[in-house]
Amino acid sequence: MVSDRTNEAWLAALRGSPDPQAVTDLRDRLLRGLRYALKQHYSVTESDLEDFVQDALVRILDNVESFRGESMFTTWAQKIAIRAAFSELRRKRWANIRLQDLVPEGTENDDSAETSPFDWIASAEPTPEHHITQQSLRDVVAQVIRDELTDLQRQALVAVILHEMPIEEVARRMDTNRNALYKLLHDARQRLKLRLESQGVTVEDVLEDFGSE
Amino acid sequence: MISIEPKKLQHMVRDILSTQSIEIGCDTCYAQLDQFVELVLEGKDASVAMPLVSAHLDVCGACREEFEALLFALRSLSQQR
Ligand SMILES: [Zn+2]
Repeated sequence: MVSDRTNEAWLAALRGSPDPQAVTDLRDRLLRGLRYALKQHYSVTESDLEDFVQDALVRILDNVESFRGESMFTTWAQKIAIRAAFSELRRKRWANIRLQDLVPEGTENDDSAETSPFDWIASAEPTPEHHITQQSLRDVVAQVIRDELTDLQRQALVAVILHEMPIEEVARRMDTNRNALYKLLHDARQRLKLRLESQGVTVEDVLEDFGSE
Repeated sequence: MISIEPKKLQHMVRDILSTQSIEIGCDTCYAQLDQFVELVLEGKDASVAMPLVSAHLDVCGACREEFEALLFALRSLSQQR
């Protein structure tokens, strides 16, 4: 059943050699939480859920000392279980997809036509008017992506934003980690923002334009 | 060749234009996510209390997906009791 342990009671029960009853209670709770969170939208079996919870329990017991008491212990534990589940779901779902499949080689500044993932650029004319059309927005975006970003930034941006590949999956393929890749993308977005702003692109342009399409 | 749907282009440009000079990364967001989700569950304005976490969730799809799942799990658990 649901237990109403305080944070202190959870910590006391799980530190050192964990109290089996506390582990069982926590396992039940995490399992029910994951079932709610995942059953409807993701194809998971009951045994997947049990594996995720098992993973999470190991991480939780290894990291009990790092719990800072800023939330309920069970919230913190559920967060770890959710992370464990999504890591595994994403790894499986993207298992056979390589970055090269998403971002063809030779995307550098040469315009060797067919191979570029930025072929949604038609021709990158500078945009004179205030009001920017959808096509010219494409052109501007494609051009600044081409001009402003490093190959690595461009690859990451295409995978994460255009293909919605989860950031940690992209990171693994680039031999880096999620946090570092986020920073890299943040730098990329900052560069692009400066350039788009200097070209007069505003959020209003974007919203306006797309209403009519 | 990749053709980008209008919706995606729109999202991408919006993400780019809303970039802030100071943003937290996935690790910092994760470290504070339990606190953040409890504020949301209590009906408080979490985006005012923890603006950097909130901004990260707006921009990072992976963290947002985890946050939404966590919120849903905790909400369901509390309703069930
Ligand atoms: Zn993130």
